[in-house]
Formats: sequence, structure tokens, C-alpha cells
Amino acid sequence: MTELVTTPSRASTSNPAVGEPLLKVEGLTKHFPVRSGSLGRTQFVRAVDGVDLSIGAGQTLGLVGESGCGKTTTGRMLVRLIEPTAGRITFEGRDITRLNRAQMRPLRRDIQIIFQDPYSSLNPRHTVGDIVAMPMDVGGIKPPGGVKKRVQELLELVGLNSEHYNRYPHEFSGGQRQRIGIARALALKPKIIVADEPVSALDVSIQAQVINLLRDLQREFNLAFVFIAHDLAVVRHFCERIAVMYLGKIVEIGTRAEIYDRPAHPYTRALLSAVPDVTKLGKSTTRIRLEGDVPSPINPPSGCRFRTRCWKAQDLCAQAEPPLTIKPNGSVAACHFPESAPLV
Amino acid sequence: MSAPATSAARDGVATGPYLQVKDLRVQFSTEDGVVKAVDGVSFSVTRGRTLGIVGESGSGKSVTSMAILGLHNPKRTRMSGEIIVNGRNLVGMDDEEIRKLRGREMAMIFQDPLSALHPFYSIGRQIIEAYRIHHPGTSKSDGRKRAIEMLDRVGIPQATRRVDQYPHEFSGGMRQRAMIAMSLVNDPHLLIADEPTTALDVTVQAQILDLLEDLQREFNSAVIIITHDLGVVSAVADDVLVMYAGRVAEFGSREQVLRGPQHPYAWGLLSSVPSLHGDADADLVPIKGNPPSLINVPSGCAFHPRCRYAMLNGGPCDIEVPQLLPLLTRDEPGHTVACHLPERQRRAIYEQDIASVGVAL
Repeated sequence: MTELVTTPSRASTSNPAVGEPLLKVEGLTKHFPVRSGSLGRTQFVRAVDGVDLSIGAGQTLGLVGESGCGKTTTGRMLVRLIEPTAGRITFEGRDITRLNRAQMRPLRRDIQIIFQDPYSSLNPRHTVGDIVAMPMDVGGIKPPGGVKKRVQELLELVGLNSEHYNRYPHEFSGGQRQRIGIARALALKPKIIVADEPVSALDVSIQAQVINLLRDLQREFNLAFVFIAHDLAVVRHFCERIAVMYLGKIVEIGTRAEIYDRPAHPYTRALLSAVPDVTKLGKSTTRIRLEGDVPSPINPPSGCRFRTRCWKAQDLCAQAEPPLTIKPNGSVAACHFPESAPLV
Repeated sequence: MSAPATSAARDGVATGPYLQVKDLRVQFSTEDGVVKAVDGVSFSVTRGRTLGIVGESGSGKSVTSMAILGLHNPKRTRMSGEIIVNGRNLVGMDDEEIRKLRGREMAMIFQDPLSALHPFYSIGRQIIEAYRIHHPGTSKSDGRKRAIEMLDRVGIPQATRRVDQYPHEFSGGMRQRAMIAMSLVNDPHLLIADEPTTALDVTVQAQILDLLEDLQREFNSAVIIITHDLGVVSAVADDVLVMYAGRVAEFGSREQVLRGPQHPYAWGLLSSVPSLHGDADADLVPIKGNPPSLINVPSGCAFHPRCRYAMLNGGPCDIEVPQLLPLLTRDEPGHTVACHLPERQRRAIYEQDIASVGVAL
């Protein structure tokens, strides 16, 4: 099973220059038009508003935030399922922002996605074999030993029985379906996988199985992962670097230790403090409670977008948007008044 | 049957549990066979206490709560056992009588406020309706006053204006607050919250959990919180009931169950949850296999096919259903477990295998 993705020919032909990130985005922006008001004036939902990210080969980057923060839209732009309004996406040093479908097709081998909902992301009329073989058919790829053999290898790789080849998705449980989705994403030996909430639809005991599987695959095949999730504990478990998003922007990005042990941005702190955690039982912890809801992305607040819910906000926060800069804790955060103390 | 409607009878001097469930069994007939959704569950809740019911999908936790509220279709459902609310058994009670209790003595908060609220009626109208059904003499304007008071109480800003808005004009957190207002409008003594925060973001979840805690203190109600999230349970529950395949696997105080769990299924749950603390590089320890079908529940202990410690002593995990028994050693009153492993052996396994390596523990 180890020889599955270690085809040296491909690895050596398209190796990026040393130090070049595998995938890089600059100023990534997506504004969705919405019609509102009696005049039918077009307004824009600023779902993603200038996001810079980069990820190297074999690295794991977590993208966290609450619903509506733009993490899913970002993920879909990375795989070009949604066209960005502005910004630049480079893969292995090559600008892929404006490639058309045909030009994108060879790159789809390298950039794959795993979806959240294992029920709607598999075609109920196709057998498992067809589903997992589909990327190979589309890409015109003929693996040595034949497609069927390769599909069976993939099914075993993700912990399914290779005899399930001819079954249909409805015969499988949620966790097993998610494994089918993972097998499909692995079919073309990608270099990077964007996983959008891959375990949030699963029961806890099954969730752990799938997280362990993804971790094993990531290590074994040196896959780069963009792991999108709202569950901060799951992301901590999976990712070396984490980016926290709020209202379409990255507010803080750093290593696992920087983000989880001594975050600089008040929003990161509030987010972590809000998670009920079994290990906190019986310990006195400082709780930060945010007031109200996330503002509308149609009219985001001026200056710092978090200021309307931030307990540290001052006049400056409404006037000037804080840039992303390195903070004393080591992370990069967008805040005029960052924190530096370790999180209790 | 008007007696319980008077507040004297409702508040009474009754001590002891407000809700008692005894050997509850709920079965549904389907084309594929009989689904044993709840299979002999007993527990009780006292006013002022919160019981957390934990389990995965299909464990019977939601079916139990629906049974308490009498929400199962009697034509398709077979129920036995007792559900005693404030001294009266609801099992076998006339639909019309349960209707009088529902919403008044006991109320429910559902997981998804968008589907639990009617999109066509304003928030206020739905709350007023819930109030006037149980307070027949109330005028519309008094009902409206009451609705505004409740919306204000659950932290909805500008309640006088918001009362006329529709569910789609509320954010997710606000909708959940409105639903809490609706369920509390008749001051019920028993509140059942079925995954009340699962659809919400963490910062909003924290607000709602705080609100539920405040309200419980204020109204001294008995609360049941049903959830799959052990973190939520650790934050709000006094007692914890762990359900598996329609049966109780373990029951005890929050500290007993989350700090010193005794059932291998509880161990499995705790060590499969990733945590914000501890070693992030350690592998999670999942429970092998999948939750069982409730049509073909495994023989003996329903958990035995997934249990790492089943048949350790050569049986009888696969043939005999373990009883829910109190712990013998140590001073742990009220802590009960349904497992065939002898207690001493269980403790030894827990100390060696679980407490030291478990991610969450």
C-alpha cells in the first residue's frame, strides 16, 4: 500500500523551486452580488475580502472561524470551484487564477477536495467503484494494473473492504461514506487536499476514526492539507499552522502553540474560551463572553471588523484597519491592541 | 383535570424528583422489523438540577425525550414503563390530558430553531399562542406584553420591535433565544433541550448555555440536556446519563462520569474526542466499528462487538444483558454502571489503559 503514491516520475518533474510554497494566495477576494431594497440596488456580500495564505508541500494548515466568516468560500476558491473576484492563486509557482476548465484539468490531479456532507457529495446512482474511478476517467489516467485494481487498493487504503466495489452509497454509514469521499480524493495522488469540515457530520466515535485515517494518509504520502473546520479541538489535533478568519479576513495566523497557547488576537481568545472542554471540568478558567452576533458581511464595520464585539476596542479601531503584523507571541495578527499573556 | 393547572397544585410541596422515568421501553414497528429505540431506561430529575443525556445518533436519547413529552404517534409506537411527571404517570394517559401538560408543566427546546418555528407567523404571535393556550382568559394585549417580557428576558434587544418580526429576520442565536422564550412562557418546571446548541457557533453556544443556566436558577426548573457533545455536558450538567443502543450504560454525577468513568463505552467516547489541551500529536483512540442497528441489537451487552474489553473473562458479555448496578467500592453514591467486568478489574484497566493515555483525560 505504500507504493501507491510514491511514483517518483511525477514528483521529480514538477518539483517547485526550493522554498517555493506549494500553494499560495494573495489578496484573495470574493464578493457575491445580492439584490436588495425596493430599487433593486445591487449590493455585495464580502464573503472573502483579501486573504493571503501559503502552504508548503506536506504541510497542514487549518482554517477556522464561525459560520459566515468565509472559510468555505476560501477553500472552494483554492480548488477553483468558485471564481475569485480578485486576487492571485499560484500553484507550484504558476499563476492558476485565470486558467479555464481545460487548462485546469491537469492540475485537478494535484489539488483535490473532500466535502463536508457524505450524503450529498456522492452520486446515489453510481457504484462505489464508479465514484472512486471517476477522477481517473475524467483525467484520462490509466493506472498500471487497471482502474479496478487501483480502486480496490484505494478502498483498502481508507479502511473499506475492496469487495464493496459494486455497492451503492446508500448501503454505507456516514463514516464509511466519508471514507469513500477520501478514496476519491486520493485517486489521482494529489499533492494537496482541501478538506471542508470533513468530520463535522459524523458521530464522535466515528469522527476519531476518520481523523486518524486522514492523519495517517497525510504522513504516509506527505500530503499538504487545508483543513477547514469550526471545531477548534479537531483543528488543533490535525494542523501545524492555523489561520483564524472573521468576516472574510484572516485575523490571526500562527503555529499551533502560538494560536492555542498564547493567541494575540482578542477574537482568537474569545473563540477558544467559548469552547466547552471536558478537561476544563472543575478548573476555574477565565471565560470571555462575546456579546451579540457576527455583523453582516454586506456592511462590515469600519476599521477593525471585530471591534463591534471586542472588549478592548478604542477609537483607533474604528478609524484604521489593523494590518497583519508579527506580534510578541510570534503569530501574525491584525490587532491594534494584541494580547501576549499565555491563555489560562 | 383542572386541578393541576392551579399554581398551588403545580408548585405544591412535592419534594423528590419532578420527573421519574421507570423501565421505559419505546418500540416502533417498521417494515424491516421492530425498532427497539428505548429498551428499559430509568432515571429521575429533581427541580433545580440538570441531567445531561449523552450518546451517539441512534442511542435513543431523543426518542426518550419525545416520549416524555408524549410526541410519539400512538398508532405506530409501543410504549411501556412509567413516566411520572409531578406524581402522574404519562404512559397510557389520554392525548388530550398530555396536551394540557405539554408546554405548561414541561416544554422542549429543539435543535433546529428554523424548522421548529413557523416561518409564516411572527415570533410574537407564536409565543402569544403558546401562552394563551394555557391561559385561556388572557387578552391579546396581555399575551403580547408577556411575549415582550419573555423576549427581553432571554436577551433579545429591542424586544418591543422584534416581537413583530418573522423567524427569517432573526440570526441563528436569536432564533434559539426566541424558541427558549416560547418554551418558558408558561413557566414549565421541566425543560428538555434536545441538542440546543448543536446548530450554533461556539461563541453563540456559550451565550445560550449561560442563558439556560441563568434561567434554570431563576425558575428552579428540572432540565434535561440531550447532546452528543461531552464538552457541553461538562459545562452545564449536574448528572450525566450515558446511553448506548437504547439502554443506560452509565449514570452518575458529572464528576463521577467524566472524571472517573467506569463503562468501556464512556472510556471510548472520552478518548475519541480531541481536546484543546494535552498532547495534540497523540493519536485519538476511536471506538472500533459502527453503532448498532436498533432492529438487530447485538445479544448480551449491546456494546460488546465494539468493546476492547469484552469477553475478557470468557463471558458473559455476548449472551447476558448487564444490569445497571451501583458501584461497590469507594465512596461513590449514585454512580451506576451496566458492565459485566468486575469492578476491581474495571478500575485497574481504567488506571492503566485509559486515564494515563486518554487524550481527553
